[in-house]
Amino acid sequence: MSRLLLMVVTAVTLLSGCQATRQANYDYTAFRAAAPASILVMPPVNLTPEVMAPYGVMAQIAKPIAEAGYYVFPVAVVNQTFIANGMTVAEDAQAIDYQKLHEIFGADAGLYITIRDYGTSYAVLASDTIVSAQAKLVDLRTGQLLWQGAASASSGEGRGANSNGLLGMLVEAALTQIIETVTDRGFDVAGITAARLLSTHAHNGLLPGPRAVREQMPVQGN
Amino acid sequence: MIRVWLIVVALIGLAGCQSSSKPMYYYGGYQTTVYHYFKNDETTIDEQINALEIIIEQAANAGRPVAPGIHAHLGMLYFEQGDGVNGGIHFETEKQLFPESTGYIDFLLANQKEVK
Repeated sequence: MSRLLLMVVTAVTLLSGCQATRQANYDYTAFRAAAPASILVMPPVNLTPEVMAPYGVMAQIAKPIAEAGYYVFPVAVVNQTFIANGMTVAEDAQAIDYQKLHEIFGADAGLYITIRDYGTSYAVLASDTIVSAQAKLVDLRTGQLLWQGAASASSGEGRGANSNGLLGMLVEAALTQIIETVTDRGFDVAGITAARLLSTHAHNGLLPGPRAVREQMPVQGN
Repeated sequence: MIRVWLIVVALIGLAGCQSSSKPMYYYGGYQTTVYHYFKNDETTIDEQINALEIIIEQAANAGRPVAPGIHAHLGMLYFEQGDGVNGGIHFETEKQLFPESTGYIDFLLANQKEVK
């Protein structure tokens, strides 16, 4: 009896692997047809009261895009170009005509990010730093939406396993808030959010770009 | 025995999560340098230039390709310090390594006054 149960547990664990509940499959038809090679990160729209949020997200977003196999335009240089041209507000920058963006940057696609949460809040039992964001990938040659996704990360994900008793938890909540604000934990958590948002391994995630594909294929004669 | 078996199964199950591939590019502390630039405090532009030069050197020593954007960002910092020679060199390097940047880098070089 217990052997049967064991086999069932084993089978379920192995088969499920890392997959959480499956959502409907994203329709990649437009994405595949467009096959963008380069991505321009637009200044993110910030729906949080934390003024540092766009900076943390922009600084962290380049790596997962590059690792996905795309050329990612230098985020700080791009941001300076927008500012130098009077586009100091992210909403204004994101409203620029896609053809104009394609003309100036020569980018195949633009990544339009909205930050929903960024920062530390003191809650009764845990004060976690949460960063959540959503993004749309738009073809800057046609204006067509290619992909969209959302992701979130929290500093509390790996903590709390060894706190015992209510008092201990309350002390931990107060302490972690102080630590997290001081060490700018938002920037670190933004890195996890960015990696999740633009992962090519996630279900309904970004498709790998040409540089990643090139890496995986055997070297051709060119 | 059953307990050991369960632990083994749990480890295999968890291992399914890991994508253990090595990064395509070398980043060093590039993200932190970009963040400091945005925050505009704590570190000076010269310190940021130094940090990026070290990253490029480390990448070369490790035989790894530098991440896209590092040379362009460094070029911008040099231009900000009034060093157009080094600024131009690093813009050109970005173009060579990543031809996708050609249009934008040429735009930057043509509008050098605007890049501050």
